[in-house]
Amino acid sequence: MTDISHFTAELIKSMALFLPETSLIVTFLVALAADLLPSKNKHLSGYVLLAGLLATALFLYQQTGITHQSFAGLLVLDPFGQFIKFVILLSTLLVVFFSFQSKELHESHPKLGEYYILMSGMTVGMFLLAGASNLMMIYLSIETMSISSYILTGYTKEVKRATEASLKYVLFGAVASGIMLYGISILFGLTGSLNLTDISSYLTNNQVDTVPLLIAGILIMTGFGYKISAVPFHYWTPDVYEGAPVTITALLSVASKAAGFAVLLRFFRTTFTLPEVIPDTAWTVIGNIDWRFVLAGIAVLTMSLGNLVALWQSNIKRMLAYSSIAHAGYLLMAVAMLDDTGGAAVLIYFFVYALMNLGAFFVVQLVADQTGSEEIEVYSGLGYRNPVIGIVLTIFLISLTGLPPTAGFIGKLYVFTSVVNAGYIWLAVIGVINSVISLYYYVRIIRNMYLRDIESQKTAINVSTQALILLLLLAIPTLVLGVYFSPLIDWANASMVFFIGH
Amino acid sequence: MEIGLTHYIIVSALLFALGLYGIVSRKHAVMVLMGLELILNAANINFVAFARFGGMNIEGHIAAIFVIILAAAEAAVALAILLNIYQHFRHVNVDEVDQLKE
Repeated sequence: MTDISHFTAELIKSMALFLPETSLIVTFLVALAADLLPSKNKHLSGYVLLAGLLATALFLYQQTGITHQSFAGLLVLDPFGQFIKFVILLSTLLVVFFSFQSKELHESHPKLGEYYILMSGMTVGMFLLAGASNLMMIYLSIETMSISSYILTGYTKEVKRATEASLKYVLFGAVASGIMLYGISILFGLTGSLNLTDISSYLTNNQVDTVPLLIAGILIMTGFGYKISAVPFHYWTPDVYEGAPVTITALLSVASKAAGFAVLLRFFRTTFTLPEVIPDTAWTVIGNIDWRFVLAGIAVLTMSLGNLVALWQSNIKRMLAYSSIAHAGYLLMAVAMLDDTGGAAVLIYFFVYALMNLGAFFVVQLVADQTGSEEIEVYSGLGYRNPVIGIVLTIFLISLTGLPPTAGFIGKLYVFTSVVNAGYIWLAVIGVINSVISLYYYVRIIRNMYLRDIESQKTAINVSTQALILLLLLAIPTLVLGVYFSPLIDWANASMVFFIGH
Repeated sequence: MEIGLTHYIIVSALLFALGLYGIVSRKHAVMVLMGLELILNAANINFVAFARFGGMNIEGHIAAIFVIILAAAEAAVALAILLNIYQHFRHVNVDEVDQLKE
């Protein structure tokens, strides 16, 4: 019989380590209350959210180096989860700042209370997902984060395309998580547990039929693949990214993708590979299914489709949507290696991806607010109409392509190094070819900005000082991390510690 | 004949297939949501049947309760979005909501 005092002591310890999530939930409630105040300030809840996110960052920082299993194995704390949570926090924080500047949100609603409240709800979901180590917990946190994001996508409800985007998002999302749930139920039936560690030890000690296990794994990957928009679960991505408010598109493309990759890596690390790792070797896969090949195949499909379709886009949001599909492909390549180098490459890439992708979306937001259009044509002559935006967007696009001396190059370098080290030369070759293809559509925008309509009499684009500061805050690290990157690499390598075992 | 685990799994597999068929073939958005409910309930039958016949623990039963609650929350959000779609398009036919395609 479990000793009740032991149980209580465990619960109290877990609550103490649940502080970041608790502070986010408190933020949610305080933001809700702040929205009820008869204040004229439409961003009141936004300031509450900002303060809450900073407090969360502090609590999260205090957990450095802790590996612990809380709430009887529902959640785990480890450096890997902490890194991803920092990326989620950073991108949510930046998106809150973007929202202060956004014109489309301001024209849509007299008060933006619900917007910020839902955003904090979404952050709670992403935090839980980054630490979930129980299949039910994974399903619950995916739903927590998805339900908030469905509403946020259609937040500007008088805009027809935002409404359509939210319909597509909710239908695809609900079906994907339903299919994932069916996969979870099969895995539960095969192994008799929902806890990832218990499933892993059952798979190690018992012979399980390959076919049902493969089916369960693929069904569960439907849910994850949908979150990270991997082919063939990507159909919603272009439509939702194009229709949603730019701020929400930016959040979906970085934060929710980070949470999706966190759970994908943790699921494979904990469930399908042995806990013990000999340093500098790959994780040992349990059973006789070649998960590396399955993941590598999805990675090839994802990056090729993303890059090839991005070539034909005339709307920049849609183009960035396909480019984010392509980036998910590069990241999946590193995940597919199932080793510590690949995992660290995912973390490094995510950090720089957050900076450059959020920056690019912020420029899109500023230009769209001024010109009322997101067509790539609008960008012609932009380099002369506002030199700062021109230079900054060029930096982000070069970084997204992965050319030196930007941070994107470092990210891609580590991804490709991990792939080559693991001996998957063919995969690396396909990845490099894809990078070359991506150069075309990124440079097309740069060409539009500098080489077309030079004599244009179009009006100059003015941005506020706050927006300018935000842009520089994103652009300067993108450049600096391209030449001075060792702290990031050390942090990512130190973060490749998963909590496994009992 | 004794009703065993296999019977439950067959029923749930049939429900899953019917749900998937409904989602793919139906044009009316509410019918798509009904197909979704079938999928979720197929998973629920699995959870409860495995927990009951596996003689394992109550994890499966608890999972089923969580799923029922989440299905309700998801349906509420989806129906709210459908209402909004109706106000813009005057119909909820998923095939004709295609402004974003090119």
